[in-house]
Amino acid sequence: MNIGHEHFRRALQHTPFHDRIAALSATEDWTGWNGYKVARVVDKLSTEYFAVRSGCAVMDLTPMEKYRITGNGAREYLDRLVTRNISKLRPGRVTYVIWCNDEGKVIDDGTLFQLGEYDYRLCAQHHQLDWLLMSATGFDVHIETETHDVAALAVQGPTSCSVLTAAGFDKLDQLKPFGIVDLQCKGIPVTVSRTGFTGDLGYELWVKPEDALNLWDAVFDVRGLYDIHAMGLDALEMVRIEAGFIMPGFDFNTAESTIRNGHDRSPFEVGLGWVVNLDKGHFTGRKALLAENSRPARRRLTKIVIDGNKPVREAFLYDRKNGEQVGEVKCATWSPVLKANLALADIDCVNGKLPPKLWARLDYQRELKWHTAWAECHVQSKPFYNPEHRSATPPPRF
Amino acid sequence: MLLSANNYDVIVIGAGHNGLTNAAFLAKAGLHVLVVEKNSYTGGATASRELYDGWKYSNSSYVCSLFRPEIYNALDLGRHGLKVIPLTSSMTFKQDGDYFGSYHNPNVRRRELMRHSMRDADAAIRFDADIMRWCKLIRNFLLRTPPDPGSFRPRDAFEFAYLMKKFHELSESKIYEFIRFFTMSIAEYLENYFENETILAHYSGGSIIGTGLGVYSPGTAYVALHHAMGDVDGNIGAWGFARGGMGAVSGALASALQAHGGEIRTDAEVAKILVSGNRTTGVRLTSGEELSAKIVVSNLDAKRTFTQIMDESDLPPKLVERARNFKIRGSSGKLNIALDGMPTFSSLPKGSPLTLGHMHFTDTLTRLEKAYDDWKDDRWSTDPYCDVLIPSQYDPSLAPPGKHMMTVFVQYCPVAPEGGWSDDKRDQFGQTVIDQIADYSPDFKNLILHAEIRTPRELEAEIGLTEGNIFQGELTFDQLLFNRPFPGYAQYRGPVRNMYMCGSSTHPGGGVMGAPGANAAREILRDLKKPDTTPAAFSDD
Ligand SMILES: Cc1cc2nc3c(=O)[nH]c(=O)nc-3n(C[C@H](O)[C@H](O)[C@H](O)COP(=O)(O)OP(=O)(O)OC[C@H]3O[C@@H](n4cnc5c(N)ncnc54)[C@H](O)[C@@H]3O)c2cc1C
Repeated sequence: MNIGHEHFRRALQHTPFHDRIAALSATEDWTGWNGYKVARVVDKLSTEYFAVRSGCAVMDLTPMEKYRITGNGAREYLDRLVTRNISKLRPGRVTYVIWCNDEGKVIDDGTLFQLGEYDYRLCAQHHQLDWLLMSATGFDVHIETETHDVAALAVQGPTSCSVLTAAGFDKLDQLKPFGIVDLQCKGIPVTVSRTGFTGDLGYELWVKPEDALNLWDAVFDVRGLYDIHAMGLDALEMVRIEAGFIMPGFDFNTAESTIRNGHDRSPFEVGLGWVVNLDKGHFTGRKALLAENSRPARRRLTKIVIDGNKPVREAFLYDRKNGEQVGEVKCATWSPVLKANLALADIDCVNGKLPPKLWARLDYQRELKWHTAWAECHVQSKPFYNPEHRSATPPPRF
Repeated sequence: MLLSANNYDVIVIGAGHNGLTNAAFLAKAGLHVLVVEKNSYTGGATASRELYDGWKYSNSSYVCSLFRPEIYNALDLGRHGLKVIPLTSSMTFKQDGDYFGSYHNPNVRRRELMRHSMRDADAAIRFDADIMRWCKLIRNFLLRTPPDPGSFRPRDAFEFAYLMKKFHELSESKIYEFIRFFTMSIAEYLENYFENETILAHYSGGSIIGTGLGVYSPGTAYVALHHAMGDVDGNIGAWGFARGGMGAVSGALASALQAHGGEIRTDAEVAKILVSGNRTTGVRLTSGEELSAKIVVSNLDAKRTFTQIMDESDLPPKLVERARNFKIRGSSGKLNIALDGMPTFSSLPKGSPLTLGHMHFTDTLTRLEKAYDDWKDDRWSTDPYCDVLIPSQYDPSLAPPGKHMMTVFVQYCPVAPEGGWSDDKRDQFGQTVIDQIADYSPDFKNLILHAEIRTPRELEAEIGLTEGNIFQGELTFDQLLFNRPFPGYAQYRGPVRNMYMCGSSTHPGGGVMGAPGANAAREILRDLKKPDTTPAAFSDD
């Protein structure tokens, strides 16, 4: 990445796809993501949301932090870094991972792509180079930030496979979930992975920044055949909650940036025990996690459905109406496909168990007047929304 | 001998910002308070003076962050004219024509870090979190009287328990880190985070300001914290300009004091604190006039208070010994410059916002350490560390339209060079500083209309800061918290009855903070069994 002296003139830089998104942006509703200007809403939130759930939505993922990890010791290094057993990971496959500090608190989560025998890409929510390099002592690895050298585009929704096939991606329907394949599209070399953050069928396309606009055009050329919409972060927030995906740094505090003691979270506390393999051998944080695992859980980030239709933003949770406060909502959305209020909530456990009953106190406005409503909440263990076509290979044609 | 008709409840010696803060809270409690100040102006090291027609200098202190918002609020200083405008950035010029800028915008700041080191850009997040954690801890103690750890009185036990409780709110691993932090040098501390030479130098600067220590001396890491623990409007670590210069802070305090019925007498230098039967009775001015009061509070530094304006025979010998050995080495100089226009800096692109903040010219730890080496040999640094600001870019009250005022804080400057200071040597020191700035700004020298050059000699002579130490005593752990100024005397009470201390020599130390003044007022009101007018600390949580 080449940063000149004039970078201060534009606080948020343009991604390689910016020109196209700007041309479509009717709202001019921009926000910052990792130093880049990205759309919150491109045109209309409900259109973008339903593009993911019923058609095809395209979103610029370039700002996501990406690290390239190479070298003979890359696998051992990663095995030490992350909590999950990655011994089954093979070239051409992706897996979801988290990593912890020595105290067993979550630093971040991400997707780990094995691109070659000794070649990995780690995509993360937050800035990780410092931690990755600190953890590399004693390993034969080379680690580099490639966030700004790889443009990334998410193409998501039930028709995403059809759209990309029509755009020129051959045999894409053979790609299994969490698979990676190198393809050409109209002469552009593109790495395609069947991954995404929407809980729907979807792909992520990885290209050189200079090919970004041509790739965008190749996809949008299919617009006569299929409905395609550029999508912003607001729609992504809705669909990721429906899918039950969590966001470190938003739904809970990440370990290395936590100032107040006890405000960081262990994997068990955020419902990520399933990616912790305590029996895989040593990894960073294992000792602390072993100890924690033998104690009753103190709290848990939990998926809940909140009764009724009152809008939910921040809210406290109680063990009964007007009762003891036992938790708080971290993120919430009204789900247009489920017609329900969905939320992730940080809830205190009693003797390792969630309270038997949960009530949310909702403060909401009607014509600028504040009201309070009480709504009962119901704990969910599965993703709120998980359609069959998401994981079918080949995906059903739409 | 003249005997004043006036009989005061309290006489505060010195109209520094702490003396004024102290007096204001006492007056607010209904006491009859007089502040006596040797200079013709108030504020001490927190003053603005017009030494060149049309230009106002912040003669000593020049930026504001530590000043407690609780005091601002409790004394209604906004209505007395105080406005603190946040500063936006800081930067370090490199010798190779490049620079490092810590921009106000977090995205730009991060990108600039990336421009110098991708790793350091990420490490800065961990660094910020760690510094913020220590700041949050220490901010709890600013508006509290330190406990006496050797005492069993309930209040000391309670305060000590509070201190330990706050300390134990850190996790076990952070407690170790914090203890390490207190004893480390800034260079070694920063090397736990950063690799880039310029970034290391940039972040080190704040920890040598005002201190007779170098970037590799143990204890300097804490000084960095002392400069980071303030805030502007809740923005911890941010600094700001007081509109009208730092004199606006003392001016607002003086106005608040007078609004509560307090009096100020300038050109009134105290020669002695009068003691009779181990109890103060008042003060004698150098004019010979005696003023009596039930209570006498000294805003002077501890060394000056006990070795110059008190009779040693009135004091416990051990205290005299402590006062003589109080670590109060002067190490700083200051230039205030009237400029005919805005200087340009060759390496900055046109329109760069970096001239709006702190500007530094020392780009390696080695150069910082060498600057210190000069001082140890009683020379001013030939390649000094300078903190340069041009506040007239924000504040129209400091210079005529289109003209500018530059403030330059200089580290290091000796208490006395070989053979002592002379006006000529002072000017040579000033020239060294001007030459350094001119290396980066070709038109700078031609714009200079007037310069006030201050070495420790001037600081001591004018403000009475012993040896010119800007903090009224070194900020090392042996002189902090319950050790400030001396063990056993950290609760603002002096060794004789009805005598108190309220200057930066007392907890929580130097800087334009107001906290020593307010804390001392609380103790005085407590002893008088008067209702407390001082504010409780705002909480960060
Ligand atoms: C050059 C310089 C730059 C600084 N920069 C900053 C900065 O940017 N930001 C910051 O927060 N802090 C800064 N400081 C530190 C800060 O200014 C001081 O710590 C603080 O102002 C001290 O305030 P005080 O009220 O405790 O004492 P002082 O300001 O020292 O007040 C003591 C007063 O007593 C008076 N006095 C002395 N002897 C007698 C006597 N015998 N009789 C009567 N009166 C007497 C003096 O004239 C003075 O007014 C700086 C200090 C200096 C010197």
